Amino acid sequence: MAKRTMVQALNLALRQEMEKDDRVIVMGEDVGVDGGVFRVTDGLIGQFGDQRVLDTPLAESAIAGMAIGMAVYGLRPVCEIQFSGFAYHSFHQLENHASRLRWRTQGGFHVPLVLRAPYGAGVRALEHHSESREAYWAHTPGLKMVIPSGPRNARALMLSAIRDPDPVIFYEPKALYRAFREEVPDEEETLPIGKARIARQGRDVTLIAYGAMLAPTLEAADMLQAEDGISAEVIDLLTISPLDDQTLADSLAKTGRAAVIHEAPRSFGAGAEIAARLMERSFYYLEAPVARITGFDIIVPLYSREKHYLPHAARIVHRVRRMLAH
Amino acid sequence: MPREPIELNLDLERLSILDEHGVLDTALEPDISTEMLHKLHRTMLLTRRFDERLLNLQRQGRIGTFPPVKGHEAAHLGAAAHLRPTDWMVPSFREQGALLWRGASLEQLIVYNNGFNEGGRVPQGARTLPIAVPVGSQVLHAVGLAWAAHYRGTDEVVMTFFGDGATSEGDFHEAMNFAAVYQLPVVFVCQNNHWAISIPVHKQTRTPTLAQKALAYGMPGIQVDGNDLLSVYVAAGEAVDRARSGGGPTLIECVTYRLIMHTTADDPKKYRSAEEEQAWLARDPLPRFQNYLKDKGLLGDDDVVEIEAEIETRIQQAVDKAEAWMGQPHDPLQMFEHLYGDPPPELKRHRRELADELDAAGKEAAHG
Repeated sequence: MAKRTMVQALNLALRQEMEKDDRVIVMGEDVGVDGGVFRVTDGLIGQFGDQRVLDTPLAESAIAGMAIGMAVYGLRPVCEIQFSGFAYHSFHQLENHASRLRWRTQGGFHVPLVLRAPYGAGVRALEHHSESREAYWAHTPGLKMVIPSGPRNARALMLSAIRDPDPVIFYEPKALYRAFREEVPDEEETLPIGKARIARQGRDVTLIAYGAMLAPTLEAADMLQAEDGISAEVIDLLTISPLDDQTLADSLAKTGRAAVIHEAPRSFGAGAEIAARLMERSFYYLEAPVARITGFDIIVPLYSREKHYLPHAARIVHRVRRMLAH
Repeated sequence: MPREPIELNLDLERLSILDEHGVLDTALEPDISTEMLHKLHRTMLLTRRFDERLLNLQRQGRIGTFPPVKGHEAAHLGAAAHLRPTDWMVPSFREQGALLWRGASLEQLIVYNNGFNEGGRVPQGARTLPIAVPVGSQVLHAVGLAWAAHYRGTDEVVMTFFGDGATSEGDFHEAMNFAAVYQLPVVFVCQNNHWAISIPVHKQTRTPTLAQKALAYGMPGIQVDGNDLLSVYVAAGEAVDRARSGGGPTLIECVTYRLIMHTTADDPKKYRSAEEEQAWLARDPLPRFQNYLKDKGLLGDDDVVEIEAEIETRIQQAVDKAEAWMGQPHDPLQMFEHLYGDPPPELKRHRRELADELDAAGKEAAHG
């Protein structure tokens, strides 16, 4: 097995799936000659040519809308939106068409497209380059919303996303693109969409995170163990929608306490949905209100202050201690 | 006759006054006052030197990622020069010269580019919108401003800037159409620098010019040599006069070249040749304009040395001042300001949450 960054792991997924399936088309701004601004699609145009790796004009609505047509025809378009902050132009096509063509045609057409976009803060980026707006997509019935947390699961989930019969929004935590390497097998490996993973076993409290927030959450779990003797279970969601509430409920039955950690703003975010599901499914197990340790209800500030915006291990530890005192 | 040609008025011109070899078409030379020529030159030079300094600061880790403007100076400065303080300007993100022309502070630009929201502050009564990062999105705002100015019965003009890539976005087309339908006082200034990051303009559009897009919407269009300040100045002057006198919008395509990376995170070697860059370096707008002034006897070598020194001092002072300010402690709670005119209760709770965290951390540090 080779050690790969998330960028390399995603590149591997695209390359292997394109080798295997000529329906797979990669399209987006600068994905061809430039190999993508983060180099996720590096080298693909050389191997597969410009009919399968499309350097598109600068038009995010067109990328999404055209991908719908390709997908209906039977292709498997994988679109790149350069930064998730520019995906709102695509929103109209995904909300009004991609998400509901199957439903409107009563199963006659379906839209197996993937829309990839780097999201999240913490890389000293420009304005509009740091948001986490997964809730917009997760809120739309008919779409699936996936966020990997490391190279290996990014690769495995990307393969599943491409093969999924329905539209998948695939947010890539740009802070993790090159943050660390992981063993990623050359052999094909997939992970099911809609299934969370226990990243750390524990008894006392369940910490639910995804994407770039998994790392500070695991760090907080280690601090709680070392400093307080608290055994935290950490769940890595991997898919935001559809939500794997079974894994969450099973963990709650054991721990009785939960906190959700995400960098998106708190109000109406993924944490709100998770808290509601736990109320519905695990009410009699709950020993404390579900805590939300999240970004604040503001735009991600320009980078001189983003470390105060983003949840970090000390903040998670502090909030969990307070919850356990409840 | 069931099938006959439709007569269309499809006039389109290209304008070049001071060509890349410095040859002046005297018949087309505009009558610009000496004072204005000097001011344009100083701003152009300031734009170039400030850009170089920002790049330097970025490479030293003293500011963050930013989009340099080298090569674009004439293409936007020559247009913005026609704006009155009461006119509006709606920029994209590569028109530093126009921002400086309109009075932007160097210090504030440094602060903004080093990740401080305070850098976004605008002076009271400002009529320049902040830079717009999502490509092409700002062009519609110009049309709305123009509609409002028209509604209020003013003779104000709105000038908006965008790149060749933006002409592929729906927002651009919708803006052009609205402005033409309502005959609004908008001047659309396209900075065609040939490259939208790695995508060459011929993969952005099938048409040989971007200027001709104007014709489909029913407004005049013109293509100008964007590296010739005189050409840009003349075309923009006509467009501003037309807009101000109720003649409606105009599209100006300034053909220029980004002599540098898209942003400091970009590597142009990946997608374009050194030969191409060299060819465009020979068409650099700055020496071309300086030679013009020299030929007219308005600028001597000693003058250039003197102006360079003044600019160097001005930039150094701005860097020193900005860094002194940035070096002071900054309240993290500032990020809760200005989201709403009237902050909702939940937002106040979030602010308090961070305030408590910072207090606790402060106490811990004091006791630690």
